[in-house]
Amino acid sequence: MKLVAGQHGHVPYDKLVIATGSAPFILPVPGKDLPGVITYRDLDDTNAMIEAAEKGGKAVVIGGGLLGLEGAAGLAERGMDVTVLHLMGHLMERQLDPAAGYLLRRDLEARGITIKTQAATKAILGEDRAEAVLLESGETLEADLVVMSAGIRPETRLATDAGLEVARGIEVNAQMQTSDPGIHALGECVEFDGNLFGLVAPLYDQAKVLAKTLAGEADAFVARDTATKLKVTGCDLFSAGDFAEGEGREDIVLRDPGRGIYKRLVIEDDRLVGAVMYGDTADGNWFHGLIKDGTEIDEMRETLIFGPNFQGEGAADPLSAVAALPPDAEICGCNGVCKSTIVEAIEGGATNPGAVKAQTKASASCGTCTGLVEQLLQATLGDAFEAPAAQPICGCTDLSHEDVRRLIKSRELKSQPAVWQELGWKTPNGCHVCRPAVNFYLLADWPVEYQDDPQSRFVNERKHANIQKDGTFSVVPRMWGGITNPDELRAIADAAEKYDVPTVKVTGGQRIDLLGVKGEDLPAIWADLNRAGLVSGHAYSKGLRTVKTCVGTDHCRFGTQDSTGLGIKLEKTLWGAWTPHKVKLGVSGCPRNCAEATCKDIGIVCVDSGYQIGIGGAAGMDVKETERLIDVATEQDTIDATVAVVQLYRENARYLDRIYKWIAKFGLDWVRTRIEDPEERARLVAAFELSQSIYRKDPWAEHARERADSYAPLADLTLEAAE
Amino acid sequence: MSWIDIGHIEDIPERGARLVKTRAGCVAVFRTGPEEIFAASNICPHKGGPLVEGIVHGQSVTCPLHNWVFDLNTGQAKGEDGRIATYPVRIERGRILLDATRLEARAA
Repeated sequence: MKLVAGQHGHVPYDKLVIATGSAPFILPVPGKDLPGVITYRDLDDTNAMIEAAEKGGKAVVIGGGLLGLEGAAGLAERGMDVTVLHLMGHLMERQLDPAAGYLLRRDLEARGITIKTQAATKAILGEDRAEAVLLESGETLEADLVVMSAGIRPETRLATDAGLEVARGIEVNAQMQTSDPGIHALGECVEFDGNLFGLVAPLYDQAKVLAKTLAGEADAFVARDTATKLKVTGCDLFSAGDFAEGEGREDIVLRDPGRGIYKRLVIEDDRLVGAVMYGDTADGNWFHGLIKDGTEIDEMRETLIFGPNFQGEGAADPLSAVAALPPDAEICGCNGVCKSTIVEAIEGGATNPGAVKAQTKASASCGTCTGLVEQLLQATLGDAFEAPAAQPICGCTDLSHEDVRRLIKSRELKSQPAVWQELGWKTPNGCHVCRPAVNFYLLADWPVEYQDDPQSRFVNERKHANIQKDGTFSVVPRMWGGITNPDELRAIADAAEKYDVPTVKVTGGQRIDLLGVKGEDLPAIWADLNRAGLVSGHAYSKGLRTVKTCVGTDHCRFGTQDSTGLGIKLEKTLWGAWTPHKVKLGVSGCPRNCAEATCKDIGIVCVDSGYQIGIGGAAGMDVKETERLIDVATEQDTIDATVAVVQLYRENARYLDRIYKWIAKFGLDWVRTRIEDPEERARLVAAFELSQSIYRKDPWAEHARERADSYAPLADLTLEAAE
Repeated sequence: MSWIDIGHIEDIPERGARLVKTRAGCVAVFRTGPEEIFAASNICPHKGGPLVEGIVHGQSVTCPLHNWVFDLNTGQAKGEDGRIATYPVRIERGRILLDATRLEARAA
């Protein structure tokens, strides 16, 4: 009888499968076991790296292979100062030739990662935890985190103990059978035909073969060669096949240094045997197909390097590349999904990327083929296909709002020119769509270092008044908490008469709107209103608009707290702050909710025991009731929690997302966890105060005092002509 | 040509614009770069929006009312059927000179 001895006794078997995988290769150097030294293999490792990156500092990544570089780029984007040590002469030497390795190195260095090649690690130094890495050359590199990513080693101990034949891995035949016919093995622990396996596609093939073998059906595993891509945004590289130089091998090389593009095809006996591409990898799958199929390329040799679009009559349509792929072309390298499988799924009703992913597993792992899957959807469905959400901000960039926000933080971009340059804007200085968004992101993330750019603001925010359809403006002075007095009302009435204001309207936000003011009169009417103590109501801004209140305990027989007083305090704290979209508050003195607080961006309802804070209400294009964020006991806690929410929204939301859209994306729980955490709440309040030290001021007074000239015409030629 | 000095280049913020009143209507003068200016009619042909209040980007301006984008070299609206008049303008020793020939001609 065949038995497996386990921790809890013996289990009999007819067929045994060993799938022990692999273990990361740990360099046998002193200090390898210190805390702060981690490997990069699984989710736990990734989370450990994310946690370490939150503290900032320096990271050293040992190993400049596929995984090491992805880890290094991730750490750098999260703000760490990263150095990559690589033993060989150029990065990813198994997948890239030196020229592509150079371009990759240049791109990674451009994003602040230091690369040291031919760098051998001698020891990791430190007392209680890793503090530095010592190189054979004698150089020492400071390190708060050391990531070992120097390859993997098949886990073969069990197989060796069982007396199976083991070379580098457990030896198997094409039926995944070991030297013992009753025992099979697959995965990263096996060696087949001299090959080890580290990428996922061949492992799925092995699993299929083994399943058939165990079911008594005939099948054989073939070690196909796999193409490689790097999952680092902005580093577009692709390699497939064998590209070593050799007798009888010829190269076709295309270089475009200006665009950072390099393509090299290796040909042997009129067949493509290898391809390396950097900078533009759109045709990678097509070349990979030619390599796998051993297609004769004699006829298309002259235009081969330009890709499938230039073969035959095909037009240079982006979809024609994917349309030209043969049915068995591999689209998803991770999960080994070919074009025909995806097209069948689409024709069977999977009409969006999510459904294709769910049914075929294509794009379910690393995600680099998402674009190809979308192109297949488009090619198959035509106009019926709607492109999914993660859209670029505008035509100036391919990056989404989320990408740009993240990169502004991680790469410490502190000016618009830095954003345009470093993130590869395609226009000289943006457009009316991206400029206001980027301006907001910069001032929200770097309130002290970055200066607000009026030229990147929509006219309303540049002129601090709302433009009307006839080109005149509306002027809305602030009435704190909706409270006013005879002096203010008199000043408003006087201004309305003096400047021939055609319409005076009471707004829904408890204040008065003067409509139809001429642009050149704005500084003068503001100066008049300022004299009565009235300041800008920011009725025009993506910022705090109004805090609507009821009269609360001051007058109302039902009032439970001083809702008016709280509203005024909140308005005085928050006014002047820029936010992703407008922010309206309401404070009601009791659950009868006369201030309509539960359909505001932030709504506070006073109760006997304290204050209920809800967020995410709206009463515009969408009507939403607030969702309860937190209940607090005191007025100060209410103000702190409100300020913290506003700051969290400023730091994370996409430009032009109201709070309800933001929480739909981030989740109310995500917000609540941060507001409930005393440390994080204090940090948010402090960050908001820092920003408000610059922005909590009346723009009307400033413009009337310093910029009045800019509201007048530059020149009046009607007068000169008359003279 | 009838060049009229309308102001100093620094009177217009970079990527901004200022208005010049003429007898033939309002002209917007755009500063698209440190030493680059354009002049064109202030009135958007779509709904009469004041282009001087638009966001200036590249060599274009976006109308503040409904986001029509005009190429300041030609006055042509991008992707829309409409154009604005453009006027010769140049910089000399920091002063902005506007050619008023056509503006006066229209007024006459």
